[in-house]
Order: sequence, then C-alpha cells, then structure tokens
Amino acid sequence: MTALLTILLVTFVAVAIWQLIKIFDLAQVGESNSAVATDKDNKINGYLMLAFLAFIYIITIVCIWYLGDLPLLSNSASEHGPDIDNLMIISLVIIFIVQTFTQFLLHYFAYKYKGEKGKKALFYADNNTLEAIWTGIPVVVLAGLIIYGLFTWNDIMNVDKEEDPLVVELYAQQFNWKARYAGSDNVLGKANVRLIDLDKANILGVDEDDPNAQDDVVVTELHLPKGRPVLFKMRSQDVLHSAYMPHFRAQMNCVPGMVTQFAFTPTVTTAEMRQNPDMQDKVKNINNIRVEKSKALMAEDEEGLDPYEFDYLLLCNKICGKSHYNMQMKIVVETEEEFNAWMSEQKTFANSLN
Amino acid sequence: MSATVDTHDHDVHHHKETFVTKYIFSQDHKMIAKQYLITGVIVMGIIGILMSLLIRMQIAWPEEQNAVFKALLGKWAPEGVMDADIYLALVTIHGTIMVFFVLTAGLSGTFSNLLIPLQIGARDMASGFLNMVSYWLFFVSCVIMVLSFFVETGPAAAGWTIYPPLSALPMAQPGSGAGMTMWLVSMAIFIASSLLGSLNYIVTVLNLRTKGMSMTRMPLTIWAFFVTAIIGVISFPVLLSAALLLIMDRSFGTSFFLSDIFIQGEVLHYQGGSPVLFEHLFWFLGHPEVYIVLLPALGITSEVIATNSRKPIFGYRAMIMSIIAIAFLSTIVWGHHMFISGMNPFLGSVFTFTTLLIAIPSAVKAFNYITTLWKGNLQMNPAMLFSIGLVSTFITGGLTGIILGDSALDINVHDTYFVVAHFHLVMGISALYGVFAGVYHWFPKMFGRMMNKNLGYIHFWITAVGAYGVFFPMHFIGMAGLPRRYYTNSNFPLFDDTTDTQVVITVFALIAGSVQLVFLYNFISSIFYGKKAEKNPWRSTTLEWTTPVEHMHGNWPGEIPHVYRWPYDYSKPGHDEDFVPQTVPLKEGEEELQH
Ligand code: HEM
Ligand SMILES: [Cu+2]
Ligand SMILES: [Cu+2]
Repeated sequence: MTALLTILLVTFVAVAIWQLIKIFDLAQVGESNSAVATDKDNKINGYLMLAFLAFIYIITIVCIWYLGDLPLLSNSASEHGPDIDNLMIISLVIIFIVQTFTQFLLHYFAYKYKGEKGKKALFYADNNTLEAIWTGIPVVVLAGLIIYGLFTWNDIMNVDKEEDPLVVELYAQQFNWKARYAGSDNVLGKANVRLIDLDKANILGVDEDDPNAQDDVVVTELHLPKGRPVLFKMRSQDVLHSAYMPHFRAQMNCVPGMVTQFAFTPTVTTAEMRQNPDMQDKVKNINNIRVEKSKALMAEDEEGLDPYEFDYLLLCNKICGKSHYNMQMKIVVETEEEFNAWMSEQKTFANSLN
Repeated sequence: MSATVDTHDHDVHHHKETFVTKYIFSQDHKMIAKQYLITGVIVMGIIGILMSLLIRMQIAWPEEQNAVFKALLGKWAPEGVMDADIYLALVTIHGTIMVFFVLTAGLSGTFSNLLIPLQIGARDMASGFLNMVSYWLFFVSCVIMVLSFFVETGPAAAGWTIYPPLSALPMAQPGSGAGMTMWLVSMAIFIASSLLGSLNYIVTVLNLRTKGMSMTRMPLTIWAFFVTAIIGVISFPVLLSAALLLIMDRSFGTSFFLSDIFIQGEVLHYQGGSPVLFEHLFWFLGHPEVYIVLLPALGITSEVIATNSRKPIFGYRAMIMSIIAIAFLSTIVWGHHMFISGMNPFLGSVFTFTTLLIAIPSAVKAFNYITTLWKGNLQMNPAMLFSIGLVSTFITGGLTGIILGDSALDINVHDTYFVVAHFHLVMGISALYGVFAGVYHWFPKMFGRMMNKNLGYIHFWITAVGAYGVFFPMHFIGMAGLPRRYYTNSNFPLFDDTTDTQVVITVFALIAGSVQLVFLYNFISSIFYGKKAEKNPWRSTTLEWTTPVEHMHGNWPGEIPHVYRWPYDYSKPGHDEDFVPQTVPLKEGEEELQH
C-alpha cells in the first residue's frame, strides 16, 4: 500500500515539475521567439559564466575549509608515509594552481568575448610557438612528478631482505581477515587452501607436516611492533580482496592462487597516535557527531552509539560480496616489549589444532 | 545497399517505404541515429540516472526505511530497507549502462551515424544493412541487460569491472548466478554490435568522402569518430575474449582465471588460472574505453565551439595529432588500474610513465579550446554552454588523473571515492555534456525543428552546479580513505565525519537528476511543437547544413556538393559573411589556410 502511494506521490511530483516547465514554456510565446541566442542571451550567459567561475572557486574553498583536514595528508604512521604525503601535497598544489588558472581563462574568455551583432571574431587559426609552449610546460612538470613518483614507488615496493623484516601473512576470506605470524623462525609454513581442515581448526590450510609451520601463530587482531619493518604476504581463499591500511599509506590486493606482498615500517604506536593533538580533535569531532546521532536514535527507542576511540584499521577495499562494507580488522601498533608480551600469550599453530 | 553510394545517381530512390522499413528496420543512417538516440541516450540514460539516485539515497541515509526503495525495489528492499546485495547490483548496472550503453553506443551510435555521411558528403553508410543489424543487436543487448533485473537471484553485482572469482562463482554472491550470465551474454552481443558499427564508420570515412574532402579537410568531429572506431576495433575484441573465457570458467569448468579456491566449506577444482590475467584483458579494453567515450564528445565540442565562437578551431593540425597520440597511448596505459593488483612493481613504473605521457595531448586539447574562445564572438546557444562546461569538467577531472596515474600516490587513493570523483568528472560528466551539446546542436538536423533555448539554459546551469556539487566534495572524502562500493559506512566510526557531506552530495544529485526532466520535456515537445528549423540555423560551414531540412534518402537531392576548403573558415578576412561554407570555391588569389 505504501509502495503504491509512494509511486503515486513520485509520479505526482514528476507531473507537477512537468507542468511547471510547460507553463514556463508557454509563457515565453510573447517574447522574441528566436531559437538562436540573441545578444541578450549572450550577455546573460556571459555573466553567468563569471558567476560559475566564482561558484567553482567557492566550492573549492568551502571543501578545503570544511573537509581539508579529513584527508590523510599528514600524521602518517609508517616510515614511507611522509614521502607519499609530500608527493601528494606537491601534486595537489600544482593541480590547484593549474585548475585556478585554466578555469579562470576559460570562463573569463566566455564572459569577455560574448557575442554581439556586427562584431567580427579574430581569424586566428594557428600558432606553433603557443602550441610548443603548452606542450613543453606539461612535459617539464610531469617529468618532475614522474621522477619523484618513481623513486618513491621503488623505495616502497622493493623490500630489503637485509633488514630482517617481521614476516606476517594477511589472510582474506569473505568477510573477515586473519593474520599469521611466522613465529620464532620467522619463516611462514607452507600453506594451500587444499589443506584446509575445518574439523581440526586448520582454517588457513597450513601444512601440518611442515616444520616451519609449527611455530606459526594465527590471530584475528593484527599487532605490530613499532620501528621494525614488516613484510606482509597476502593470500585470499575465495575472491579478490584488498588489504587497505590507510594510516600507513599501504594497500595491496589479495589474489586467490597467488601470494602478493607489501612492506612497511610502523612508526607511531596506537597509544602515541591517540595522544596526537590532530587525532584528538578528529576523535572529539566524531564523538560529537555520534552523540547527536545517539540522541536521535534514543528518541526512537533504539540503542545509542558507543563513543569512538581511535584505532588503526585494515579495511577491505576490493568489492568482494555482500558484506564487503564490513570486512575489517583492528591493528594495534605497540612497543617491541608489549608486542613480545602479547605474542607469548598466543597459541602456536601446532597447539591450536584439535 | 552500396547502390546508395553512387554519386552520379541523380534521382535517388523513390521506392515506397512501409512503416516497418522506414521506422523500424530502417537502413537509413539518419533514422538509425535517431533510434540510437532514443534507445541508448534517452531510455537507458533515464534508467542509469535513476539507479544512481537510488545509490546516492542509500549512501546518504543508510539502512533507513525508505518508501522509494520499497516502491521501486520491491523484494530487494524488505520493509523499505535496501538489501546489501542489490546495492552492489545497482552500482554495477549503473556503471555498465552509463559507460557502455549510454556513452559508447548511445553517443557514437547517434552522432557517428548522423554525421559521418552528412559531413563527408556521402549518401549513406558504406553498408546500410550492417548498420541496421548493428542497431538491432544493440537493442537486444539493452533488453537482456534490463531483463536481468527480473531474475530470481538478481542482476550482476560484481562491479562494472566484473573481476573473477567474484563474478565467476555463483556461491560467492547471488548476482553471479543467472544475472551474471545475462550480463555476459548482453555484453557479447553489445560488442558484436559495436564492432559492426565501428567497421562501418571506418570504411565509410575512408571510401565515401565527396570530391575535395581530403582527410585534412574533414571536420574534427569526423576525425574523432573515425579514430574512436579504430580504437574500438582494436580493443573490444579483447573484452570479448575475456568474456568468453569467463563464460568457459563459469560453465565448462576451465581454469583461465581461477585457482586454489575454498568457498563455503569446500575446495573447488580450479587450478592454475589467474584473476590478474582477467584484469589485464579487461583493462586492455577498459582504458581505451574511456577514450571511446571521450573522443566523440571532444569532437562534438570542437565543432560546436568553433561554430559558436565564429572562429576557426585553434590548432587544427595539433588537434588531429593529439587525437592520434591519445589513441595510440590509450592502448599502453591500462596497467594504471592495476598498480596494486599484485603485478610486478616494475610494470607499475612503466605504466606510470606512459600514463603521465597521455596527459600531454590532453592538455594540448584543453588549451586549444580555451584559445579558440579568445577574441571570438561567442554565441551562447545551449550547445555552446555544454561545450564550455565540458572543457571545464574535463580539466577538473583530468588534473586528478595526475595523482591516480602516479603509482606511489595511487596506493592510498585506489578504489576510494577519489576515483569515483575523478572518473565521473573526466569521462562521465564530460561525455554527457558532449551528448547534450550534440543534441542541442544537431536537433534541427535530426528533427527539422529547434529546441527551446531558455529551457536549455535552465537545464545547463542547474546541471552544471549539480555536477560540481556532487563530484567535487567526493575528492575529499576519498582522500580521507573512504572506500567505494560500500553499502554503508556506519560500521566505521572513523568515517562518521563524512556523513554530512554525503547528505549534501545526495541533495545535489537529486536536484541535478530532476532537472533532466526539463531536458526530456524540451526534447519531446520540440519534436512535435518546436519552431520549424531553417536550413542552416547556426550559420555553420560544414556539409550537413547544405542538405534539405526534410529528410530524404540519399541526403542531397541533386549531385553531392564538392568541397573546396577546410571546415573552419569562420570570420575569414575578405569575406562579407562571418562564415564560408566548405562548398564555396576559393576566390581568386585566396589562400586556403596553411593550417
Ligand atoms: C547523475 C549523475 C551520476 C551520479 C549521481 C552518479 C553516482 C554514482 C555513484 C554514487 C556510484 C557508486 C560509487 C561507488 O560506490 O563505487 C557510481 C558508480 C559509477 N558510475 Fe556514476 N553517477 C552518475 C553518472 C554517471 C555517468 C554519466 C557515468 C559514465 C561514465 C557513470 C559511471 C559510473 C561508473 C563506471 C561507476 C562505477 C561502477 C562500479 O563501481 O562498478 N556515472 N556513480
Ligand atoms: Cu573483502
Ligand atoms: Cu585507464
């Protein structure tokens, strides 16, 4: 019944808009009924072009003002993070300048040269110097960005085995994450989905006979020691997923049938990040929003929301099915001692089988 | 039907046409163009836009009861709360319809068909019959895609990129059952249609130009359609092969894209395939596809801006070279969609390099448009407004490509709302503006009547504000790390500070969506009641305006006119009028511009 009413309502609104347009349409009959732009149209639309230029600038400023502190442009929590942030800021500044300048030219010309009867346009078809200039400038700017970008990319993607990274497997399945630590030998045991044995609680398909596997540790919350490089090995058991850790400026797809990898060094513990003034502002703001929402919810006799406390997160960022929007894992960065203490409480793979 | 091509044939086809041969199984390029316009742009466009509004309403007001959902989605929205699976299906089909049906078939189908014969001086397409087959294949693929909403398990829901294994395994997602089969069949037919169309365009441009119409006297529209058709012929077969291999994996147990899968408690037999291979095949089409969508829109813009500025397009040669450069480069940049797919990082470096290269011809085009406006005598017809709007969104959207093309930066914004903002502005909105510009400009040619300009102005300005209002803020929530294709963000308190912005975006989207009704009204009422058009209402130089207003088979009553000059002699010194049609011979001593 409500469905029918809604369809009726939506139809009525559409018909009403339609009729309004029609009235508008019919009301114009008296005016000069040329279907081609007149000098008056050129003038009005020329001024609107200027207004639109202002609108573009205003929406840019408003967005930067209200949303400018949302982007992850500072306070990265990994060693390579500041490199990415720098490059990002440089790129954004260049984009901002080019955008401001070209939009100005476009809309200003559209206003300035609005047509008038009897005026004649300048016959100006070609100029090789100009073409060379605006081929050349992008070449130089882009060359700079490419070089900077490629150095950064190589730094991030090439893992230095000398540094003795902590090896961790990230294991994705619809719709949750597991992490497997390599244990005291720091070598992950072999694994394949064909070895999965749910009865024995071998959910990752780790090879029970592999000596390297015995000390592996499987957990559902990712703990990382501060300051030590971590080499992630990604696996997925069913469909594509993507391990996205925005605070660490890290992301890599998890591909069934293949092991992918990504490495970074965490530099800020969860506790330290919670003390960061920027982060505290953000959390406070979010909690204000949550309080407001809770009030609204409670007014409808529903449960309120819990207050938010900052945590690093691992999100799934590749469409993977129904609950893709809720595939997450908490990440805790802590000191080496805290990490070791936590690790010693975890069951090894050998002990976890039933 | 090659008889229609005969340029010496003075009395053209007076055989009687029945309703069916004239309106339904027509082989006349002008009628086929109108069929594409109505099916591809108008009908599929309405469906695609409605879906985007449902998506936006869900994101702004997640998990709330919504009477609109209940009414439109029925069992997919129990109690009026949208189901998570159908959300993904809406996103998928919205993307598919917009990219392929509206902006590939709708755009090229309408304007290549209408303009190629008219602007190069041909009586019809090289093969009218294949042209008709191409349209009807397209029609069938539209029907199948829309019908997929009515299968029990719902339509395809793996994203418009349909990456396996999600798209290959019915147990991974209900949409990967019958819905995905229909998606694949629909797309296979679509590709066949697109290939027939493209081959026809290429052959027509190469063989059927009138006397004097050398390649360097062709309007830039034709150059754009021609190169677009070539890109299509090169890249669509690769998508077809990917689709066929996926069908094999789904139905015949092969393992092209699948390996080592454990799902719902059992191990599947697949061994040795790779989803990354599919990504390569998909994006080998997928990136050129962006230009298949964009180039025709830019071609239309070139024509509209030159005509309405009463000035030659600036840098005609440079424009042609950049179209060709873009076409070439577009086939070697696909990897920028795959920086973090697990492919070798060295490949990432190569693709960063080629991707930023493609920014250069694009920048040249933007600057040439701006220079064309300089010292012009701008006639602000609705088509002109949409063309200027296109240059604006093309710049805004194109610039953020510098970030996404840079592998190091893509790590953090890949698959976030930043990407959604980028591609909507640079290809979605830009190409859509191109379609609107084309419709307003060539409506008199298609229907013999004029559209109402004041409604056109309302349509443009509200749409323009809406487009920036929707997509500009998305950059910021994307840089805040908000992933796309999330049914709701309420499971992440981290993103609570983006919820207000989401509501604002949706309000802009609803406004921009409703104002399309103004266009629809204008379009329909002008077909029947619009002011009767003159032969050359925009005072344009190109050949299509030398044909009679009443459509006729064979386009020109007598001989096909000959061409003596390039198409951009606007405001040329030494002439009284501010335009010199291509059919006017050079005066004594007049130089054809050495462009
Ligand atoms: C009325 C204007 C439009 C609005 C409000 C709109 C909105 C949206 C939204 C909200 C999404 C979902 C984003 C996500 O979660 O990933 C989306 C996806 C998409 N849209 Fe649009 N859109 C519009 C027009 C267009 C146009 C003209 C195109 C043509 C290129 C287009 C192509 C796409 C594509 C390819 C996707 C991605 C689908 C996927 O993720 O599989 N949209 N759109
Ligand atoms: Cu996932
Ligand atoms: Cu691309």
